[in-house]
Amino acid sequence: MRTIQIKGGRIIDPSQGVDEVADLWLGDDRVLGIGEAYAQGTADVVIDARGMIVSPGLIDVHVHLREPGNEEDETIATGAASALAGGVTTVACMPNTIPALDTQGAAEFVVLQAQRARKANVYPVGAVSKGRKGDELAELGQLVAGGAVAFTDDGAPVASASLMRRALLYSKMLDRVIMQHCQVPELTVGGVMNEGAESTRLGLGGMPAAAEDIMVARDIRLAEITGGRLHIQHISTARSVELVREGKKRGIDVTAEACPHHFTLTDERLRTFDSNFKMNPPLRTADDVAAVIEGLKDGTIELLATDHAPHAPEKKMRELDQAPFGIVGLETLIPITVHGLIEPGHLTWVDVIRMLTVAPAKLLGLVDKGTFRPGADADVTIIDTETPWTIDPEKFLSRSRNTPYGGWKVKGRAHVAIVAGEVRHSLGGIVHEAGEAATP
Amino acid sequence: MSIAALTSAEPPKPPASGWSGKHLLGLEDLSREEIHFILDTAESFGEVSSRTRKKVPALQGRIVFNLFFENSTRTRTSFSLAAKRLSADVQDFSASVSSLSKGETFIDTAKNIEAMGADVLVVRHSSPGAPHLLARHVQCGIINAGDGAHEHPTQGLLDLLTIRKAKGRIEGLTVGLVGDISHSRVARSNIWGLTKLGAKVILCGPPTLVPRSLEGLGCEIAYSLDDILPRLDVVNVLRIQSERQQQGLFPSVAEYSRFYGMNQERVSKAPGDLLLLAPGPINRGVELTPEVADGPNSAILEQVKNGLAVRMAVLYLLGGKTDAKPAAD
Repeated sequence: MRTIQIKGGRIIDPSQGVDEVADLWLGDDRVLGIGEAYAQGTADVVIDARGMIVSPGLIDVHVHLREPGNEEDETIATGAASALAGGVTTVACMPNTIPALDTQGAAEFVVLQAQRARKANVYPVGAVSKGRKGDELAELGQLVAGGAVAFTDDGAPVASASLMRRALLYSKMLDRVIMQHCQVPELTVGGVMNEGAESTRLGLGGMPAAAEDIMVARDIRLAEITGGRLHIQHISTARSVELVREGKKRGIDVTAEACPHHFTLTDERLRTFDSNFKMNPPLRTADDVAAVIEGLKDGTIELLATDHAPHAPEKKMRELDQAPFGIVGLETLIPITVHGLIEPGHLTWVDVIRMLTVAPAKLLGLVDKGTFRPGADADVTIIDTETPWTIDPEKFLSRSRNTPYGGWKVKGRAHVAIVAGEVRHSLGGIVHEAGEAATP
Repeated sequence: MSIAALTSAEPPKPPASGWSGKHLLGLEDLSREEIHFILDTAESFGEVSSRTRKKVPALQGRIVFNLFFENSTRTRTSFSLAAKRLSADVQDFSASVSSLSKGETFIDTAKNIEAMGADVLVVRHSSPGAPHLLARHVQCGIINAGDGAHEHPTQGLLDLLTIRKAKGRIEGLTVGLVGDISHSRVARSNIWGLTKLGAKVILCGPPTLVPRSLEGLGCEIAYSLDDILPRLDVVNVLRIQSERQQQGLFPSVAEYSRFYGMNQERVSKAPGDLLLLAPGPINRGVELTPEVADGPNSAILEQVKNGLAVRMAVLYLLGGKTDAKPAAD
């Protein structure tokens, strides 16, 4: 058995309530366990993680990989490499590709390409409707057979209430969650940014917060009457957070995710007319940002996700109202979360790691991920929390560069990412093969 | 600045104090002093237009490009004429016959034109912020000639100049902007200019065209034109685009005209010296009746004249500054 000893790091594993300085042992592609009891003599690889956090591999439930159809923006291989550079060892990729991921074969294609790439784990999320057109249910059962871990028409909402009701009902037999991009489409036609004082100032088409609120309210009620599992993607408004909070109190099976840009940036950033601040849902007001942070603090919002949305420069460099929505997010997930949540004292590292490990694993039904329980998948993220660095989009492994965070001076970075017991990303210096000096 | 200086062989030097900007992207970016400085400069150029020989050598050897990605007659003609009166070389660019129709990007098109030696690009575009995007990618001066529903700064300046000349001041006046404020670049430039210079601005129209969020720009909102007319020193009547009715933002042109059209009866409710502006093109019988458009309160043709003077001033102030270096990537 090939073993890895990760020495002296601060191991945080919220699935088991672990937060201690200890050694973590991996054997082949499995977790052996935490502490000396799992020591296997001399390890084949020793990683000196002193001063760093050792976390179960981070999971991002909301990533766009663009393949097939828009490989100029991203491919499964480049997206999975970008994930590892950001410390994310598992991603769930959205089905808004061309063609849409709405068949078993399409899901299998994603799984196969990810295996070939041998980077991060990639799980397809199937479309709710055929062709993501919102008319008929896709073959959800066969999508699961092809590897789909959840369903969404993301990029667009399931606008039809009756289709959404059916999807929530039908997916119960598959025990898979329906993820929803909550937005009433009729209220956002022509919208470029949040509707409000800033869109008025700039003369840009607005997307009212109510467009999200109304859909969140509708879908929570549909989850209630169906007993289905509902997940609100990229929640962005104060009222939506309140609605999820109310829904949870009533015992409805609803979860929500928040993206780093929605808890660090406001719509005032659009004053520069820079398309790197154009996303959907749009950047909202300071009150909305505060509500999202409050929702994260009180557990209303259980997950962090990036909504990694790569677009090639020639697309994003267009006039603001003609540029596509979205920013890349995998490689800035950790530092922007540190900047927005940990440094201001809103959340602890334990909270954040829970939101990026055990909570997403539970959402997607990945029983062997997001934990250091013995026998679990040997996926590990080692985070350097202290060394300052500057975000340089030109160094991203993503094929695209569309980030609003270029030039930010930040802290918090994935130093090593291990997938299935293999070191697949390392900034260097702390990983030592057997026979090398284990300490500098 | 003296006219003698303007007509001398050498271009005059701008005064030490004034306007330090490299581009004119919007009135939001300008200070009260800068706006007054541009208006003062425009008043000087206004005199040039009244002379027999209407040309000065101020921008001789400079190249002004009119980059119009959206249809325009009045503004483009006004800029062209202004540039010619300053002796600049003027080239018009029309998007419909350009390489844009072959898929070239907006930025690449502008970079190519800059490489041909343009000193100033006058940009009209349907996308808000398009001139700001160009300003980040080219070296020459950019004048925003209207970007979507965002700003139309030279229109704002010419409205200010018209008011200042007619009323002798702007501070303390109450100005009503009537119509589709939500989609109007003229309204936004007027709002910034008027409020910076100390006027009170009342925005008037149906709630679907005048959102409450405009209060955040320091304006009062009103839905009844009849109620506010007695308080107004100036009314600026904006054009209603038929597209807005097709979008269902108001029920019919007839209904709009009934509640917001400026007719003689309404003019009579206002103070006798009410100044009436309209940025044009005007829809006679919709936003204002012919007798009002051509009546004693109307300054519509004055606006056109002042537009020429304002554009000469802005071109002069920007055109003298550019280095015409190649664009940086």
